[in-house]
Amino acid sequence: MSLLRAPSAFAADFKELALPFADGVVASLRAGDLVYLSGTLYTGRDQTHRRLCALLDQGKDLPVDLAGQLLYYVGPSPARPGRVIGAVGPTTSYRMDSYTPRLLDLGLLATMGKGARSLPVREAMQRHGAIYLAAFGGAGAFLSRCVLSVELVAFADAGPEAMFRFEVLNFPAVVINDVAGRDFYEQIGTGDTPS
Amino acid sequence: MKTVTAARITEAVRGLAIAAAHDLEPDILDALVAARDRETSPLARNVLELLMRNADIASRDEIPLCQDTGICTVFVTLGQEVHIAGDLGAAIQEGVRQGYEEGFLRKSVCDVMTRNNTGTNLPAVIHVELEPGERCRLRFLPKGCGSENMSGLKMLPPAAGIPGAVDYIVETVVNAGPNPCPPLVVGVGIGGNFEKAALMAKKVLLRPLGRPSEREDVARLEEQLLTRMNREGRGVLGLGGCNTVLAVHVDTFPTHIASLPVAVNIQCHSHRHKEVDL
Repeated sequence: MSLLRAPSAFAADFKELALPFADGVVASLRAGDLVYLSGTLYTGRDQTHRRLCALLDQGKDLPVDLAGQLLYYVGPSPARPGRVIGAVGPTTSYRMDSYTPRLLDLGLLATMGKGARSLPVREAMQRHGAIYLAAFGGAGAFLSRCVLSVELVAFADAGPEAMFRFEVLNFPAVVINDVAGRDFYEQIGTGDTPS
Repeated sequence: MKTVTAARITEAVRGLAIAAAHDLEPDILDALVAARDRETSPLARNVLELLMRNADIASRDEIPLCQDTGICTVFVTLGQEVHIAGDLGAAIQEGVRQGYEEGFLRKSVCDVMTRNNTGTNLPAVIHVELEPGERCRLRFLPKGCGSENMSGLKMLPPAAGIPGAVDYIVETVVNAGPNPCPPLVVGVGIGGNFEKAALMAKKVLLRPLGRPSEREDVARLEEQLLTRMNREGRGVLGLGGCNTVLAVHVDTFPTHIASLPVAVNIQCHSHRHKEVDL
């Protein structure tokens, strides 16, 4: 299997971006931009968020410094022997909404999942100059090829809900909320008004 | 009288679980191709092609189509002339356990009070229906909860009528937006009572895609719903175009004179289902 082969499913133009983002990159992105992400990101979903916020409640340090990072909402399927990881598509983001503003307060710069965010999350993103991206839902096998390595960071007992660090290469996504407060989902017309 | 052993059922369910996670059935693959061919938005068209490529990689490399390999529903149609040698329910559960462990599928089931993962993807939800004869059919429907969470049920007043039901069904799908990973398969149960409507909505997802209801007025309703959803929806993954929904399947049942139950079960584009006759 050619693990390193860049995805080429898209005819559209993608911006190639390094993670963590260099200064000024996040502010330069606009809702609707298609991006290929390469570099380091962190993962977490429901249980990881619950536990991160519980640590904050107790005044404790988080297992990693999230400042400047991208947090991807995913619960991977297990890796077969010899593989890096199983399927790694996005999970639905609204379930993280109640936790997200606290993490943005810590300097988290980008979140990635699927589906729209709540108004409080969008306001917090604007306040902090952060963005939200959607990965392609239900493309978990395809996206698996974009993950070069996986390291457990915390909450191993949460199984698929543990927190991991991924090294990714050309991981495709679309910018939904930009720093100016635009929302790509809202810009999309309905079926009879092609965008 | 035909005998089916518990061991055979376990082995069959194990196989269905692994196959369902990796290989889409021709009905959903054909529906995705048809959607791509009629798609008007370039981005949506690209995404549909990505999804086809995803299906190809999943099947070839044995990586699940989606990391959410679901909570399992098993529909058993059991002939009254079939003798099950052993414990039917336990045999099915064991098959799910083996399939999820040995197939490297994600264990996504947790205790509802503690949220602790059961670690086995158990229990599966099992529905058994008896019929005359010697058939023993297992239908396997693992379902991710991005789509399941967007489903709904409403007990409408009879005065709302079918137009009221249509509004509720369309609203449920359109309001779900990008969350359930459109293009969707939408199962609808109208009538019966509270649980009958929900069960119909789930079970009708298993009708081969594109085959209309045998009842002419219901088939027309399916057409109407499909057209409205694709007109009012926001397309593939909510990123635009004319393919919010691939198919709408409606099942009906007589109801109480005071009632109009309507259930909508939403299924994502990764419509995984497998069946076997033992």
